[in-house]
Amino acid sequence: MIKVTHLTKRFVQQVAVDDLSFTIEPGEVVGFLGPNGAGKSTTMKMLTGFLQPCEGNVSICGFDIGKQTLQAQRLIGYLPEGAPCYGDMSVGDFLSFIGQVRGYRGKELKQRVARAIALVELERVVEQNIDTLSKGFKRRVGLAQAVMHDPKVLILDEPTDGLDPNQKHQVRKLIKSLAVDRIVIISTHILEEVSALCTRAMVISHGRLLIDETPYALQSRSRYHQAVTILAEQPLDRQLLQALPGVMALEDNPLDGSITLLAKPGEVIFPAVNQLIHAQGWQVRELEVERGRLDEVFRSLTRGDAA
Amino acid sequence: MKQLPIIFKREFTSFFATPLAYVFLLIFLVLSSVFTFYLSGFYESGQANLNPFFNFHPWLYLFLVPALAMRMWAEERKSGTIELLMTLPITRFESVVGKFLAAWVFAGIALLLTFPMVLTVNYLGDPDNGAILTGYLGSWLLVGAYLSVGSCMSALAKNQVIAFILTVSLCFLFVVSGFSLVLDVFNGWAPQWLLDVVASFSFLTRFQAISKGVIDVRDLLYFLSFITAWLMATAVVIDLKKAD
Ligand SMILES: Nc1ncnc2c1ncn2[C@@H]1O[C@H](COP(=O)(O)OP(=O)(O)OP(=O)(O)O)[C@@H](O)[C@H]1O
Ligand SMILES: [Mg+2]
Repeated sequence: MIKVTHLTKRFVQQVAVDDLSFTIEPGEVVGFLGPNGAGKSTTMKMLTGFLQPCEGNVSICGFDIGKQTLQAQRLIGYLPEGAPCYGDMSVGDFLSFIGQVRGYRGKELKQRVARAIALVELERVVEQNIDTLSKGFKRRVGLAQAVMHDPKVLILDEPTDGLDPNQKHQVRKLIKSLAVDRIVIISTHILEEVSALCTRAMVISHGRLLIDETPYALQSRSRYHQAVTILAEQPLDRQLLQALPGVMALEDNPLDGSITLLAKPGEVIFPAVNQLIHAQGWQVRELEVERGRLDEVFRSLTRGDAA
Repeated sequence: MKQLPIIFKREFTSFFATPLAYVFLLIFLVLSSVFTFYLSGFYESGQANLNPFFNFHPWLYLFLVPALAMRMWAEERKSGTIELLMTLPITRFESVVGKFLAAWVFAGIALLLTFPMVLTVNYLGDPDNGAILTGYLGSWLLVGAYLSVGSCMSALAKNQVIAFILTVSLCFLFVVSGFSLVLDVFNGWAPQWLLDVVASFSFLTRFQAISKGVIDVRDLLYFLSFITAWLMATAVVIDLKKAD
């Protein structure tokens, strides 16, 4: 369990993290969301013991990160922002160094390194110097390093930044498979990643925790929650649509000529829309119900907050 | 303590990952031979000893050792790997001492590679091999002192060039603080004890004493506590500056 109480970090120019408190239980995958400069990375740096907070405490599975730093750090796997690795080492040497620091020797060391390499598909570049790797491969080395010792707590700062779509998928699968009985914290600017991966979304802005709820609940805040979009062959009777119970407004999408019906908060309009279409005998090419648009929620929550 | 050898090994091998190690060895060996054999009148002096060789070391090290030390921490901070290092289960002691020892042992190897000098003087005459041995010891301690200053400066400055310049300047002060030229500045107005303190800080007097074959425990203690103090300062500076 991670317990964070009144965590605060002030830099000379500004407050980066402002009175953050939360607890995370094993099995949870938490996504940190927030604009650039919101304090996500600074929070992670304090969770991992790199930065000392100005105020507040962090406890990792019962170990105070400030006082029992080493015990806590043994439980943590951490991918820092930008995935820094020793560039003058080869991938294999670097991972072997990390394995030794994690206390593995001999055969077990070899196995751990080989498994970490396989997990993020680094086989092709094992002999290559990290300096000469592409951005995505560097990130993967950082991930391999973080997961090598099956950490109880996995903290990943923008883990999928710079990965190709296949690798993004692979890494998400990896994180999901690791998440059982463990604590995973990721930060990301890819909002779909939060709904695809996380059980809990935390929106941070100006160092403050704005929202802490499930990704679904976060999506439900969107004006597009339960909205229905119709792409029809012929012009539709807008009055009939507007008059349906629960419909709040109509929106035209000039790009493809489709119409989006927004639902009133808490209402479900899809069945009524569906019935109307059948009753009118409209030729409908596409019909789509939305859970909500995260980017729109994100913008409305953090509008004007971008640092 | 368990992690210290691991850090040591990584740091030590990283010297050889870049041309730095080879350039350092080459310049060190070439310069020490040139100075010993040509510039100091080694053959003319008619004495079989390595004094000219050792006398020249404080000045040679003044530029070579800071170059060896400058990347120690500056590089970690610049590339961000310091965040990785400080979030692995490694104590500050282990990382500071591990890095320092790697550089110190590397410089020690460079020093050992000058053993043909010892063979030469033994071929030419009948030197005091005990004094030569203490000369090597003194020289190595001197490198350690320079390196410890360099370690702290490297932690202080993110820029390696600045770390280099700071280290050269500080080491220069410690070398010349025993010179009458420097002491004259204090003479007349400063109390005698201050004069003694300044003089006692000098690398040069200590080093010369050891390399003449006289091992005084106080001289050894001086170098060891000097190194310890600067390494402790390194640890403090890292904690203050690591996030910048
Ligand atoms: N070492 C530092 N010194 C001064 N200010 C800092 C330092 N580190 C971070 N900050 C400031 O703290 C704030 C939070 O930065 P942080 O890196 O945590 O943001 P973030 O949420 O990770 O942003 P991003 O999405 O861009 O990664 C920023 O305004 C940043 O300028
Ligand atoms: Mg960040």
